[in-house]
Order: sequence, then C-alpha cells, then structure tokens
Amino acid sequence: MGLRRCPGGTTRRLRWVRALASGALALAGLAALPAPSAASAASPAVRVGSKAFTESYVLAEIVARLVERTGEARVERRFGLGGTGVVWAALTSGEIDVYPEYTGTLSRAILKDPAATSAEALRARLRPLGLVVTDPLGFANTYALAVRRETARRLGLRTISDLRRHPQLRAAFDPGFLEREDGWPGLRRHYGLALADVRIMEHALKYQALASGRVDLVDVFSTDGRLARDDLVLLEDDRRFFPDYAAVLVARAAVPAALPRTWAALERRLVGRLDAGTMQRLNALVDLDGRSFAEAAAAFLGEPAGAAPRRGAARELGRLTLEHLGLVGVSLTVAVLAGVPLGVLAARRRWLGQLELAGVGVLQTVPALALLTFMIPLFGIGPGPALVALCLYALLPIVRNTYVGLVTLDPRLLEMAAAMGLGAWQRWAWVELPLASPTILAGIKTAAVVTVGTATLAAFVGGGGYGTLIVTGLALNDVGTILAGAGPAALMALAIHGLFEALDRLVVPRPLRRATAPRA
Amino acid sequence: MIVLEDVTKTFAGRPAVVNVSLTVAPGTTHVLLGSSGSGKSTILRLVLGLLAPDRGRIVVDGIPVTPAARRELARRVGYVVQEGALYPHLTAAENALLPARAQRWPLARARARLEALATLVGLDPAGLARYPAELSGGQRQRVGLMRALMLDPPVLLLDEPFSALDPITRADLQGELLRIFQELRKTVLLVTHDIREAFLFGTTITLLHEGRVVQHGAFADLARRPADPFVARFLRAQAPPPAMTAQL
Repeated sequence: MGLRRCPGGTTRRLRWVRALASGALALAGLAALPAPSAASAASPAVRVGSKAFTESYVLAEIVARLVERTGEARVERRFGLGGTGVVWAALTSGEIDVYPEYTGTLSRAILKDPAATSAEALRARLRPLGLVVTDPLGFANTYALAVRRETARRLGLRTISDLRRHPQLRAAFDPGFLEREDGWPGLRRHYGLALADVRIMEHALKYQALASGRVDLVDVFSTDGRLARDDLVLLEDDRRFFPDYAAVLVARAAVPAALPRTWAALERRLVGRLDAGTMQRLNALVDLDGRSFAEAAAAFLGEPAGAAPRRGAARELGRLTLEHLGLVGVSLTVAVLAGVPLGVLAARRRWLGQLELAGVGVLQTVPALALLTFMIPLFGIGPGPALVALCLYALLPIVRNTYVGLVTLDPRLLEMAAAMGLGAWQRWAWVELPLASPTILAGIKTAAVVTVGTATLAAFVGGGGYGTLIVTGLALNDVGTILAGAGPAALMALAIHGLFEALDRLVVPRPLRRATAPRA
Repeated sequence: MIVLEDVTKTFAGRPAVVNVSLTVAPGTTHVLLGSSGSGKSTILRLVLGLLAPDRGRIVVDGIPVTPAARRELARRVGYVVQEGALYPHLTAAENALLPARAQRWPLARARARLEALATLVGLDPAGLARYPAELSGGQRQRVGLMRALMLDPPVLLLDEPFSALDPITRADLQGELLRIFQELRKTVLLVTHDIREAFLFGTTITLLHEGRVVQHGAFADLARRPADPFVARFLRAQAPPPAMTAQL
C-alpha cells in the first residue's frame, strides 16, 4: 500500500526529523532502512510528482486538481523532480503515487525494451512492479521537423518524405538533435535525405531564424508552445522514424485500488482528451505569456485561474531561506562531527588514512544528481536524501584538511611535547589541535561555502531550499526566477564565509591566524 | 647521573649509535662533540626515552629508561633544543608553564617558579606576555631554558642550544648558562659540533664519529693526545688561524 496517511500540518516537520535521523544513520554506517511512514487516521494523500519542465509541471497540476476535485484524497505536490531517474526512483520506492510520463521514455530509458511501445505491452511490463499506466492522453512529445506554413504551402510539403524533393532547403538543428542517433543522423539515413545546408543552432535562436526566413527547416519538440504562435507546420513522420513519445500517466497500483473514483476521473477527463494543439497552447501560456503552471492547468480544466492560494514573495523567500539554512546547517554539522574524527584517525593510522582519503575522494567524483538518485530508494524524496548527499560531499574538505593539518605539524614540536611528559590527551588538546586549527577550520569553511551551492540541487529530489526557484526557473527558461534562487544562495555563501572569518578570530590562536591564508 | 652501557641504535639497518658507553657524574657537564650525522642527537633522544635502543641499557638519575618510565623521566630531565622549539600559539609564559600544567601544579606555585626562572635566565618580565614570533632568538632560547628548568629537574639535555644565534647573543647566553649550571649543580649533557663550546662547557668530552666513540676525556686530553688522526683533524678544522689569535 503506497499511500501514506499524514496528519495535516506536521508533514514538513516530520520529514525534517526523518531526514535528520536518516542522515545520522547513514553516516554511522548502519544499514539504511526506509524511513518509517508517519501513519495516522487522517485522510489519505495522493502524492503527485512531475519532472522539471513546463509540460510536466502543467500535466501534474492538472492531475492534482482533478484528484482534489474528486474529493477522495488530499494532494501533496512533489513537482520539479530532477529528471527521469529521480522521478522513477521516487515512484518505485513509493515516495510519489503518480506522475506524467511518455511511452518512449518508459520503453527505452526505463524498461530498456524499445519494442514495448503499446499501452498493453507497457501495462504487462509494469504490472509486476506494482505499477499501472493509463492509455495515451492524446498527444505525443517527440522530435519533429517544422517549416513555415507559407513554405509548406508553396512547396506542397506535408511529410518528411516530401523533403527529398527539396534538397535546397536550409536547416538549423540544435546540437543534441544533430548528434543523437535518434536525431538527424538516423533520420537522414531512414528517409534518404540530402540537405545541402545544415547548421547548428541553439533552441531559442532557431525559432527566430525560421521566422525571419534565414532558415527553412528546424527540429522542434512536437508540443512546443512556439509552434502554434509562429504558425509553423509539423511534417508528418510518414515512415515512422521517431519513436512514439505518447503522454500517459504512470501510477502505483494502490491508486486505482484504493481510490477508484479518483482514478476513473483521471482516465475519463484526460485519456484521449489532450491533443498536441491543446498541449502546445498550455505550454505557450506558461513559456510565452508568463502565466503560472496553475493558471495553465486551470485554463484546461475550465476553472477560475486564481484557485491556488498564492503566497507573498517575501514569505516564500523566507521559507526557502530557512529550508536552505536547514540543509546547510544540518549536513555541515554532521559532516564536521564525522569528518574531524575521521581526519584524526587518518592522521594516526597512515594506511587507514590513505584508504579513507581515497574513499572520500571517490565520493566526490560521483555526480551530485547521480548520488541524489541513489539516495532515493534509501531515504525517499525530500530533505533526507539531500542531507545525506550533502554530508558526503562536505566530508572531503573536512577530512582532508584535518588530516593535512595534523600530519604537517612540526615534528620537533611534537617531540618536545613527548619529552615534557604530556599525556596523550594533553598533547592533543594543548598542542596538536590548536596548531592544526587554522587548517581544520579552513576545511570546514570550504565545505560550508561549497555546501551552500550544492544544496541548490536538493530541489531536484524535492528537498526544498533556494534550488526550488532555480529548478522552476530552468523549466521556464526564466532568468529572473533562476536569479531569485541563485542570488540569495550567493549571498548566503558570502554571509557564511564572513561568519567563519569571525569564528576564526574566536577559535584560532592569534599568532596562527596569518598562517590561514596560504593553507586555505 | 646519566649512564649509558653499550648502547646501539640502528635506523632501517643503518647504524646511528654503535656500542656507546658513557657516564656523566652528578653536577658535571659532559659534551657530546661531533659533526652532523655522528649520532649525538640520537643519543639525547635515547636518554629521553623518545627512542628505544636496539641493545644496551640507559639509566638516568637512578631510573632505567623505558617507554613506561617516560612521564617519570620528564620530571627529572629538562630538554632544550635549537631555536627553543616553542609553541607558536602560546605566550612565553604559557610555554614555560607547560610542564607544570602537565604535572598539575597549583597556579600560585607555578607563577612563583616562573618569576624566579625569569630572573635566573635574565628574561625581561614584559617578554613573558609575548608570543614566540615577537621575541628575539636569544629571548626565545631563554624561554626554552625556563621551560626545561620549570620542574627543577636534576638532569638537563641540550641539543645545539646556541647554533641559531648571532655571535654576540651566543657569547652572552653561553656565559649565563655556565653560571646557571654551576649555581644549580645540574647534571648536563650538551650536544654541539663547536669545539669552542666543548672547551667552555665540557668537564668531560666525548668525540663521536659515525655513531662510535672516537675519544673520551677532558679537552686537554683530546688536544694533546688525540687518540686517532680524525680527532686531530676535527680540532684543527675549527681552530682559529694563529695569526688571528695573535692579533686578538
């Protein structure tokens, strides 16, 4: 049973407590158990997920509103998860219950079975995983080739095959399409095309180039909001080259089982009801008109736009700041509590130290998003996996600086301590720690500043913080929103740097302070 | 009293000290003389118990030197090294008081001892509040000496204590140390490569070469009856030219 019952207002706090506990557990090296669900008698919640791009946000918001309207369950929105890997891990580990996906992505990227494209085939493959999938919603989001309507009319272009008769057309493709085997190289072979003038162009520039007549043919995504606005014609893939990326909803089997009315409402209202033109218009509302995801969803459902309560921007920023500080504070504290002793251990036992530094170094090379994805089956989505990943990233500078600070101490000073008969503890507290403190603190400072930046990635797994704005801004291609997240993150990094400078004065003995700069 | 009996120490198969026996009588100063790599500093570390000998026996002030006896030894042996090896994060006073803190002396007793020592070594009281980086080389070495004398140990070990000082400071400090050793009747083992220092301080002298004792005796014995051509060469190498002595 994948649906979790949560008492209304405490969800967020519980998540934090859980996150803290799981972070500590992971670092203690204990077996990582899935965090226990906070069960209570309150109404069940359907947790709706989305990926971090406009269409996914809009579809998820439509799903969320339909669920709310049916009244069988509450909705928790877990939008903007970072990519297929993250959102799929969240679904299979029961952290979300439903999200919009594409058949081609399911068969190719997830099931690794390109043949399983029909709804029946997918259903058969997903059933053993405890998952269900709807029939196609009506549109496909796939690569397509577009020309101006005027060009299509003048040359009688209707299909991709028709392009063979017009090798003089000038094409602009984006770099990904130009290189991918399921892009231009494969397409050209499949249709036997020979265009004389093919150039590389970034996504945003292509539309301008096409509109101004500098090129005649571009690659597009078939639901792009610009298609309707710029009066472009998609050429039919008459020889079926592009894989089918039909939109569907994927859900945990518990949803139709426990909430049959909700599931029926979703199928009735969405399956076969969303054609490419409609999706293009909804995307255009957000991408071109600057409307919110909620407004686009409301437009489709024929609801009043202002249905979703809007928070004040300042309050929102305050909440994100607290979340971000929480992520940095908790992960850094755990990393210091674990990293300094690990560094001391490494300095005491050299062979173990080499092993340890190698291990921590390898952790650092794991891409952040991959590490976050690995954490989802263990710690769910939300702050938990983010905290664990941030801790692991913060370890390297702390462990290494502690180690370096201790092994580079002047051996004559250590020998003198032994000659004076200082006990092990006295040597540590009076000599080694104060002498190494500038280097250790520099490591912690580095970790803190880096963590402020890395913590923005937490949003990809629903961990909150300033990254929430950055992820949304990236989806909207809206520099203002990205900066609204990136700016405060930069300010926080500066503030934390300043805080540590002050801490330096408190912790590091005065005559050693000048030594900090070259070592940091 | 310091006694070494047939002591040998090798590092990774390379002999550093070979079959060395020597005795320093209570209240006298013995000088270990030799060029660098002759094993003289290793002997000090063996006497301190910082290194364990491969063979042989060492007894300091009646206590056999073993790792277990290190804390007991620390109370009976003061150690001074080149440039003082003061802790840069502690003031001069804190450096000098460290052995007393380790022995958990009451503060009043430690402060009284600190003042007495400052007077003894001639350190300006204002210098006590300074950090090592703010002191001159001579002042640093005086603080190092205060630290070594803090617990009033009967034995002092000094490893090239003057080598980093300029000539005038060196001569001043040498004079004061001679006075202090005589006043306090310490048993002193002093390591140097400087025959002038050996002449000044050494009641007896041991000349070391490649870890072995080449000659043992008073300075006059070494000068007049060198046991070995090496002894004569070592002494001649550092003697001032006769013409210079005449003009001085």
